[in-house]
Amino acid sequence: MDLGTFLQFLAAGLTVGSTYGLAALGFTIIFNTTGIINFAQGEFVMLGGLLAVVFMHWLDPGLPAAVFLAVLTTTLVGLVMERLTIRPVQHTSVINLIIVTIGVSITIRGLMMLLWGKDTYVLPAFSGTTPIPILGATIAPQSFWILGITLLVLAGMRYFFSRTIFGRAMLACSFEPKAARLMGISVERMVMASFMLSAFVGAVGGAILTPLTMTSYDVGVLLGLKGFAACILGGLGNPFGAAAGGLLLGVLEAFGAGLISSAYKDAIAFVVILAILLWRPSGLFGAPDTERV
Amino acid sequence: MFRRLLAVTTVFVLGTFSVASAAEPIKIGAILSATGPASFLGEPQRNTLLMLQDQINEQGGLLGRPLEVIIYDDETEVNRAVAAANRLLSRDRVVAAIGATTSGNTLAIMPRFSSARIPLVSMAAAERIVKPINPWVFKTPQSDRHAVLRILGHAQALGFSDIAILTVSDGFGQAGREVLQELLPEFGMNLVADEIYGPRDTDMTPQLTKIRGLSPDAIIVWGTNPGPAVIARNRVQLGIQTSMYMSHGVASKRFIELAGEAAEGLILPAGRLAVADQLPEGHPQKALLLEYIQAYEARFNAEVSTFGGYAFDALQLIVEAITKAGEATPQAIRDNLQQISGFIGTGGIFEMSPEDHNGLDEQAFVMVRITDGDWELLVE
Repeated sequence: MDLGTFLQFLAAGLTVGSTYGLAALGFTIIFNTTGIINFAQGEFVMLGGLLAVVFMHWLDPGLPAAVFLAVLTTTLVGLVMERLTIRPVQHTSVINLIIVTIGVSITIRGLMMLLWGKDTYVLPAFSGTTPIPILGATIAPQSFWILGITLLVLAGMRYFFSRTIFGRAMLACSFEPKAARLMGISVERMVMASFMLSAFVGAVGGAILTPLTMTSYDVGVLLGLKGFAACILGGLGNPFGAAAGGLLLGVLEAFGAGLISSAYKDAIAFVVILAILLWRPSGLFGAPDTERV
Repeated sequence: MFRRLLAVTTVFVLGTFSVASAAEPIKIGAILSATGPASFLGEPQRNTLLMLQDQINEQGGLLGRPLEVIIYDDETEVNRAVAAANRLLSRDRVVAAIGATTSGNTLAIMPRFSSARIPLVSMAAAERIVKPINPWVFKTPQSDRHAVLRILGHAQALGFSDIAILTVSDGFGQAGREVLQELLPEFGMNLVADEIYGPRDTDMTPQLTKIRGLSPDAIIVWGTNPGPAVIARNRVQLGIQTSMYMSHGVASKRFIELAGEAAEGLILPAGRLAVADQLPEGHPQKALLLEYIQAYEARFNAEVSTFGGYAFDALQLIVEAITKAGEATPQAIRDNLQQISGFIGTGGIFEMSPEDHNGLDEQAFVMVRITDGDWELLVE
């Protein structure tokens, strides 16, 4: 395999992997505050892309404004979701709340299908489609946008959760809500913020991906699934691990398809994940669970 | 005495009743996927059937009787299709039926119609529906085999011999892949790469990079939206100049919109509906196609699709069989359906026979190239 081919596979893997990584990051944010796995995460990604298409079509405000509006609307959807479906039942078990998120995801998907139909839509690329040649590989300009914005979001999240008081307060809520409340943290507000933040991250992902990968009402299902797998691979609860898990999953798929067999690329990726989990049950970057007795 | 009188009166009354029932509607059933994943196929089919029913009844119906098309939506689910078949056969007592929209649903309902001895005309493409032949089952869409024959014929004329294929991992793609694997050697061509992608995959550059490394003469892609649009874009990204063929599964304007400029130069087989206005004057299908397109678009304010044409042909074939038979019994309809010859439909010119319940060959497709964002009919 020459360098050009290698780079081509790597670029394809990193681009697709960013999708998984951003979905995984959304899972992590809500998990870190509430302990819930939010299965509507894929729907946030779908909304980011599809709403950008809708705003482009309706208002024609130009691409950046359409993307901004889509991200803003999706963030509000996150807020509404938490207010209407999570808060009223917040004192039940985590399992019940997870089921609620599955219900929300089916509802959002169904609504978008009724409103916009089942067609596939696409957004114009942010900076043209002329491919950029690098050492024998050719890479779509949108891939750089995707990778760049993913890394930016990731760095932002890492800073937010480890350095800012707001982020650390959110983290505290997941460890021990009672203690957090005693410290003067409004747990309700933190939970709401986590849903908004994860909707924001998902929507950004959806909007930057749509020019390259297209979107339709049902893209969230697969993104949610792969994002969740990436989360587990990287170690649930670690934002850095989630993104790394996503990128690794994407790269595994690309090399699996290119070098071994495209028919079994999903299988190849998941066999590797299983092997890694056998070796490190809490994921690549997850701290092993310790419980005080 | 009184009893006998009553009996006679009853017979008389019933007799007049059955005379009156000459104006009773001819009932034809239809099972289609107007909702669910296959609704993009089923919805234009339902519209087409409703439109034709009205047109036929405005012109005085069939054999002096009104035509009633009883439509059930199977929601693209096998169980619903089977339940609808049972209802059509036992409660509605139809004389013939159309359906189903998808191959899977058709295969599930076929045995019920053949054991009830009611003719069924399917709108699904799978070859297995009419091969081996079931005496009571027909179908209107062209088979994948016809599309493959057209593509390989075109490739052969250009002298291509090393072919790479890239197929989607769903039912449509794998059926196409089997036919391609079977027919490539018959055309004296080599299958140099046999790659697969998932229906929801968003990046096929790994497969295309691998194919590029094997330098084939042409690449054949088999799938439905959005995959082929992604592949077309990836092809431009990688700077691949090799000729690329698509399947008839993307022969809709939507594909050109999705692929954008990357669609330029792609070649695919399509039904003549897509290029009706470019057909030479005097082509037997031209007038019919233009009339169907105009009527459909005027009534539903939506773009016509090839899939609606399958329903158009199915109902028109049954109507033709009933007219020819002069009676609307299942047996007569079946017998006359398989005698139909030279019948002009939207999909092609049907030549039915007891051995061929599809009646179309590869001539039902034309090869088109995407040029300036529209179909360009390639001269044969």
